[in-house]
Amino acid sequence: MTPRWLARLWHTPTGRFGLIVAVVIALVAVISVFWTPFDPQASTIRERWLPPGWPHVLGTDDTGRDILSLIMAGSRTTVFVSVGAGIVATVVGVALAALGALTARWVRETIAVLVDILIAFPVLLIAMMISSVWGGSLWVVIWSVGIGFGVNIARVTRPELRRVQQSDFLLAARASGLTTAQSLTRHLLPNVAPVFIVQLSWSMAVAVLAEAGLSYLGFGASVVEPSWGILLADLQRYIGVHPLSVIWPGLAITITVLALNLLGDGLREATDPTLRHRSAEVHTPAVVA
Amino acid sequence: MTAHIDAADGLRVRDLIVEIDGRRVVDGVSFEVPHGSRLGLIGESGSGKSLTALAILGLLPDGATASGSIRWNGVELVGLPDRTLAALRGDEIGIVFQEPRTALNPIRTVGRQIAEAIRIHEGIGRREARRRAVEEAARVRLPDPENIVDRYPHQLSGGQRQRVAIAIALACRPRLLIADEPTTALDVTIQAEILSLLLSLVEEEGMSLMFITHDLAVLSQVAADGVVLEHGHVVEAAPVATLLSTPSSEITRGLLRDATATLWRPEEDA
Repeated sequence: MTPRWLARLWHTPTGRFGLIVAVVIALVAVISVFWTPFDPQASTIRERWLPPGWPHVLGTDDTGRDILSLIMAGSRTTVFVSVGAGIVATVVGVALAALGALTARWVRETIAVLVDILIAFPVLLIAMMISSVWGGSLWVVIWSVGIGFGVNIARVTRPELRRVQQSDFLLAARASGLTTAQSLTRHLLPNVAPVFIVQLSWSMAVAVLAEAGLSYLGFGASVVEPSWGILLADLQRYIGVHPLSVIWPGLAITITVLALNLLGDGLREATDPTLRHRSAEVHTPAVVA
Repeated sequence: MTAHIDAADGLRVRDLIVEIDGRRVVDGVSFEVPHGSRLGLIGESGSGKSLTALAILGLLPDGATASGSIRWNGVELVGLPDRTLAALRGDEIGIVFQEPRTALNPIRTVGRQIAEAIRIHEGIGRREARRRAVEEAARVRLPDPENIVDRYPHQLSGGQRQRVAIAIALACRPRLLIADEPTTALDVTIQAEILSLLLSLVEEEGMSLMFITHDLAVLSQVAADGVVLEHGHVVEAAPVATLLSTPSSEITRGLLRDATATLWRPEEDA
């Protein structure tokens, strides 16, 4: 079963791109633990603001640190935050959605109201509340994005669960002898998965952005931790003098967010056959006016 | 599968009451479907026919409760735990629903859905399940059964989907088939095909049939006896021939008028 959806994912161009980039970033993050071209925190004042070249492939920053090494090390933070926020969002989202769709009516309605209230809290506000208690750290980013987008996932997934739960085919499945638990795992969850996956990939992408943003504002990574957001904030001050250097962390963030979104879209297509066949028909070359 | 304690018993419904939020939607319905017989349940929409069928399978929607007695081969089904009823569903009592467009899971191949009941009840492997799915697809006369089992519901026509639904219901050779308006959502020409398919399969297997419809014309082709429901009550129970010739209740006369209207346009009767 697993290789099947993976093969389908590989066959969508967007899914393939997203998958490759995500795997590359994960690999880079792992490699950076053991090796980077230079020590990302070693500053050599004589080598400030070197343009891209050799041995500093992407050049150096205002204290002579190697930008490629900084970006490689920063990818650890990105992967950590994005996966962490994804896990928290999944737990929060699935729990709220399941409670809000599959339980007794008064629980369902209470959860629906709760979700509507929570949705009004912006991620930034949650981050400020958490960091005012525990101080700024990457965990603040993980928890605030995870909770904020978990609620979002719940809001979108809950009605979908409800729709499938009341569908004729679930009744038919139970009529052919499936227990409630079997119909849940075989019919209910697979039908909700496409919607959930898109939401999850979106929240993981936003986590990358939020880490950059919150670190920039001082709620996230501390200055000594390698982070794309902090690197971007550092270099951005010199954008008038050295505009090229600020491109690299910006590009890293953009490509990662794009890849996660495309991966989500590809996964949705791979798990939803109705979508897949429709898109196969539309994939004839379109004339762009 | 055979050799039940009292195999001749079949289904026996006594004073069935279904309440939704305290409102009685089925109120004291009684009827019997002995093994090998065919019973029609007729009534307008909202008369409680479908809920009666769901109550038999223990699949009433949230907030609905059944009381009274439903006996299957002498075993009382009302109040049985879901797990026990699940073993019965599909295996001994199968059901075909009205709407073939929504009765199939859109993201699973029809072959897997046909084989699902067999896998659940007989615990067979994946390859064997596929072989059986092809067999069952051929039995309901789906075209090109070898390939159609790998297709998804949205790639099939309405009539083909209803054939799949029938294959699912009959996959485990139940002793009783409940058909809940199985032809209502189909084109007239397809209706006749599906109806004759259903009947020939019921005949082949010696199943009993409980056919739910609002159409007396259809009922006259499938069942020997009819039970007429109105607002959750039984208003008339008689052989179908009697219902057609000398209906005793106003509702049956109304249904008869509707049925004959589809056969010919009557002159304005006096």
